[in-house]
Amino acid sequence: MTEALAEKVDADRGAASATAVDGEGRAPVVVLENLGKRFGSGPPVLEDVNATVYQGEFVALLGASGCGKSTLLNLISGLDMPTSGAMEVPVGGAAFMFQDSALFPWRTARGNVELALKLRGVGKAERKARATELLDLVHLGHSSDKRPHELSGGMRQRVALARSLAQDRPLLLMDEPFAALDAITRDLLHNELERIWKETGRTIIFVTHNVREAVRLGQRVLLLSSKPGRVVAQWQVSEEHRTNAGAAGELTAEITARLREEIRRHA
Amino acid sequence: MPETLTSPMIKSGSAEEMRSLEAGLDSLQSDDTSRKSFDLSRVLLPLAAFIVLLLAWQFYVSLGLRRRDLVPGPLDVLGSLGALWQAGTAQEAVGTSLQRGLIGFVISIVVATPIGLLLSQVRILRRAFGPLISGLQVLPSVAWVPAAIIWFGLTDATVYFVMFMGAIPSIINGLIAGVDQIPPQYRRVGQVLGASRWEMAVHVVLPAALPGYVGGLKQGWAFSWRSLMAAEIIAMGGSLGFGLGSLLEQGRQLADMGIVMSAILIILFVGIAVELIVFAPVEKRLLRGRGLLAGSTR
Ligand SMILES: Nc1ncnc2c1ncn2[C@@H]1O[C@H](COP(=O)(O)OP(=O)(O)OP(=O)(O)O)[C@@H](O)[C@H]1O
Ligand SMILES: [Mg+2]
Repeated sequence: MTEALAEKVDADRGAASATAVDGEGRAPVVVLENLGKRFGSGPPVLEDVNATVYQGEFVALLGASGCGKSTLLNLISGLDMPTSGAMEVPVGGAAFMFQDSALFPWRTARGNVELALKLRGVGKAERKARATELLDLVHLGHSSDKRPHELSGGMRQRVALARSLAQDRPLLLMDEPFAALDAITRDLLHNELERIWKETGRTIIFVTHNVREAVRLGQRVLLLSSKPGRVVAQWQVSEEHRTNAGAAGELTAEITARLREEIRRHA
Repeated sequence: MPETLTSPMIKSGSAEEMRSLEAGLDSLQSDDTSRKSFDLSRVLLPLAAFIVLLLAWQFYVSLGLRRRDLVPGPLDVLGSLGALWQAGTAQEAVGTSLQRGLIGFVISIVVATPIGLLLSQVRILRRAFGPLISGLQVLPSVAWVPAAIIWFGLTDATVYFVMFMGAIPSIINGLIAGVDQIPPQYRRVGQVLGASRWEMAVHVVLPAALPGYVGGLKQGWAFSWRSLMAAEIIAMGGSLGFGLGSLLEQGRQLADMGIVMSAILIILFVGIAVELIVFAPVEKRLLRGRGLLAGSTR
């Protein structure tokens, strides 16, 4: 299920075994070990990133603007190669949802979803049924024949979500997918995403620079520092944090304080 | 980015409420303007412009500043157009030229498209041949007429050769420009979706480059039509058929300004007709389908 993508593995530290499980008996889906990335001869953008994401987990990856969150997702998805360290990622790659919906403007909503299915090798008849199913899942059955420019930003992101679900990969990477949306639409999409996550059992890594969004969605919040980026703190988020305003407020304040501290170090 | 602490996000509202809220937003935000089927001003405005020009022309001629046989008026030209039509010369010339133009253009597309794709995908080839192709596009294709006559004599091959030299480079360049302008994001999406090289070309690169390609085709048509006229004016006789360029040249030899003006008007008219009937609708459909027409004056 996972494949070692060894780049200059640091022998001293040893590689984590792919069969290790967490407390709830879930297998790791993504293992990052001392992962580093630099562009050309510049300073490293990421350095010694260590993290494990388990099967079915919803992890929120939090960090300031420009700290390397997108870079990290690109490494995990295989769009880019690390310059040091090792990582284990699912063999088939990951589904990816970009910050802007990145839908193809020459295809309808349905066409965009069907293309993802086609490139996965799904037959024509099944493609149609499956696309309908996925568009219904994001409540867009009524707009499936519209082109992206005829849809609102929130609807476009839902099509993009349906498309990334069409890829049918166990791991879903999301790069600030709701950053450009208004508050009401974002609340709606949070609910939808949570519902879909529960229905489909995907493992999700959700990148954001919004603490409240991270607490709202993640089971676990990882904080990435800036220059170089590495995982410096993490928090568990319980269901109480999502339903009780007091608990949510406390955790949000704590994480925000830590994030500010990280940013202030660079003042 | 540190944010001011406002209330945290927590779950609120029943699934039912959220569902209807979403439905409300969807209908508020999606664009449901129905399209007007046909706008009469598209026909009336160009027609009005045409009539104004005709009147200005007639007015100038009626001032009597020049000899009437050197500067004929619209009515005189209409008369010689009628005569050409009656004799069947006009139809023959239009038929010959259009047929050549069409054949030459189609062959140019068939030759230029794979070359353009190859150049846009293979860096070495692009570096090697890119400047040459751009140069060829700048070189007036009439410059090839003497060489073509020496190589092929007064045959159709001469005419076609000159057309190819005009059309092929501009179609290639249009396609390359179209591919160059593809947002890198599209390729990344293709890659994430697991597209092979071939699938990437067919499902991502070609459709994304289509507007640029159609622009190149349009320019390619203009170049091949111009080259055709030039070749027909210069190369006459032999096994060459009688085209619009030949008609123009014949008018000059007979010093018949009515024929000359008629030929020019027919050439212009064919150009306008092809633009309005073929390219404009295709381009418009393409751009509108991608939401790129909003705010343009087309
Ligand atoms: N292709 C590249 N070449 C050179 N530098 C790059 C490249 N991509 C990213 N960087 C640099 O890496 C750093 C991290 O970029 P990245 O896009 O990963 O940040 P981010 O955390 O996603 O930021 P944001 O929240 O604004 O999206 C930035 O300083 C950026 O300048
Ligand atoms: Mg980013």
